[in-house]
Amino acid sequence: MPEYLLKIRRYDPTSGHAAYWDEHAVELSGSNSVLDAILKVRDEVDGSVGIRCSCQQAICGSCGVRMNGKPGLACNTHLQEAADRRHDGDGDARPVIEVEPMGNMPVIRDLIVDMDAVHWKKIQRVTPYLINQEPIPEREYIVPHDAMVDVTQTMACIQCGACVSDCLSMEIDPGFIGPAALSKAYRFVGDPRDADHFERLKDLSEDPHGLYDCTHCFNCIDACPKGVAPMSQIMRLRRKAGTDEEITDRNNGNRHEEAFSTLVQDYGLLNEAELLPRSWGGNSWFGKFHPDAGRVLLKSLPAIIPAVLRGKVSPKIAMFGHKLAPDDLQAVKKIFTKVEGRDQRIELNLYVSGNDSDDDPTPVAVGAAAGEDGAPADKSPTFPGPGEASESASSESESA
Amino acid sequence: MKVAYWPGCVSRGFTPELHGSMAKVAPLLDLELIELDRAACCGAGVIAEHNQELADTLNARTFALAQQTDGELMMNICSTCQGAQAECQERLDANGEYRTTINANLADEGLTYEKGLTNKNLLWMLVEEIGLETLRAKVTRPLSGLKVGPFYGCYIVRPVDRLGIDAEHPRDRYMQMVIEALGGTVIDYAGVYKCCGFPIVTMNMEASLKMAGRHLGDAIDADADCLVVPCPLCHLNLDLQQPLAASQVGRELGLPVLHLPQLLGLALGLEPKDLGMSKHVVKPTSVIDWAASVVAGAPA
Repeated sequence: MPEYLLKIRRYDPTSGHAAYWDEHAVELSGSNSVLDAILKVRDEVDGSVGIRCSCQQAICGSCGVRMNGKPGLACNTHLQEAADRRHDGDGDARPVIEVEPMGNMPVIRDLIVDMDAVHWKKIQRVTPYLINQEPIPEREYIVPHDAMVDVTQTMACIQCGACVSDCLSMEIDPGFIGPAALSKAYRFVGDPRDADHFERLKDLSEDPHGLYDCTHCFNCIDACPKGVAPMSQIMRLRRKAGTDEEITDRNNGNRHEEAFSTLVQDYGLLNEAELLPRSWGGNSWFGKFHPDAGRVLLKSLPAIIPAVLRGKVSPKIAMFGHKLAPDDLQAVKKIFTKVEGRDQRIELNLYVSGNDSDDDPTPVAVGAAAGEDGAPADKSPTFPGPGEASESASSESESA
Repeated sequence: MKVAYWPGCVSRGFTPELHGSMAKVAPLLDLELIELDRAACCGAGVIAEHNQELADTLNARTFALAQQTDGELMMNICSTCQGAQAECQERLDANGEYRTTINANLADEGLTYEKGLTNKNLLWMLVEEIGLETLRAKVTRPLSGLKVGPFYGCYIVRPVDRLGIDAEHPRDRYMQMVIEALGGTVIDYAGVYKCCGFPIVTMNMEASLKMAGRHLGDAIDADADCLVVPCPLCHLNLDLQQPLAASQVGRELGLPVLHLPQLLGLALGLEPKDLGMSKHVVKPTSVIDWAASVVAGAPA
């Protein structure tokens, strides 16, 4: 049986003492869980180790901790898997596993964090229940089967808080609604039985700490033990809010997307000098003359002046941007016209559709790794994807 | 080695020193670059959050153009391009029907994307194609005594499955490995794998600048002489916006931020000026002894 060096972060906020590492040698197989090791220490060495756990089957979501820097469930993380995450042995010959409480939430004691203070407050913020469509049917709502498939990924969430722990936006802006709650929001925005899709999207778009505060860091996707891919749900909310419902928010979120797309349509390449002023001042060349854009440009002068003086940004690029050759630009414009001209936006979610190359012996090149956002739940190669299926189903059920 | 080369937009716009330094470094690494000058913006994840099919089509077009060249694979010099393109490619490669739909959008130009393109950031190229031993042998000006903090950004390290990061391909350690191969000292600090904040600069400038400022400050506290980034967007927030980030976090910063090809170029003997290092907002004086044109701290 190999011996692991388990380092548990101990802290009692009522003690007046600082946090410290509590080290224990644990003899267990590498396929035992990190939770097994923690419980062994608690049962055999020190009964005061604080850890919250229950089912030990990755269902209850209680035992979220950070193991060698990565958040997850202690009960479904093998000791060896956690140990392999370290790039140095800490000077110790034994494999080392540092277990810490999750981040972005206050510590109650040792590995137990205050989920009420952060996670559950944020869940409550997004109205986490179905708002019935009227009239309420006498019995259950009848919706097409496909319509609910779209929200199965968000329904897989077990509220463990691992994504909240490592959200890099929340780390800087604690007000951010965050990945778990926004995924929960998609669960209802994507549900054809819910009556308030638009109001939900409008509310989340307008909140300065809402839909557009996510910085695309992908930490939540890697953190989630259930393949919910919270960031992907946030992007789906953005598509529904900005592209489908055309909600223009006060945070420049949709304007930024619109400006970005328009610039690529007009130039083929991103014209960075135009992006900021258009996001603030409106999506045209004249956007920069809008007072809102002027204020931001003025504020940015300490960056702009040295950039211009050092020749980082040439006046030509700043004024006119860079452009593809006419034939290529024409081809790009045609793509925009065709795709944006569709009656129904096409969206593919591999969580639902699966990967048809799993049956294909052809090796997929490096950089094109299979399997998105976690394990596919269902293997059906059918296309169009669930995004479209649910959208069309959604309108069906509304008319029902 | 001949590669289909995608420089991205920002390397030819607001960080011209990146594209320029790559062009200078390529022959020294025996890389022949076939520039994909007909390809459009990758969308940086923003077009995908606006319309997924649009982003997938634009990138399928880029991939198809790359496949028309006689390059062995496609190479990029921008983490954001790497991540955004990997996401599109994942969908295109996973579902044949979807790929057919997207290819139909390219039919007017007679272009088709065939599943299975290999697309690697320069960082991955260095370790997996060129090799650290070869790289080490090419170093003429070891970065001895230079303390370099790697700053990966997000798109090149997450999600790990999509980016093919595993025990065989520890791509989240490549920057450290390359810095060491060039003779430099790796500085470990809190921000190595964090977000530079650039994606939310128009939506929440305060948070965006706080992110940049905090990571720069952490690297300074860990005694770094400079940071190195494989992503021009990170460079914009960490270098161009550094004066604003400093005001936001209320401390002096002044930490030089180098593009990966610039760090390579220094170790391979190129002159700092030729690598466009005079264009940075934060002058890399702690990296370069300008009078002698050598890396600070290193014997010539």
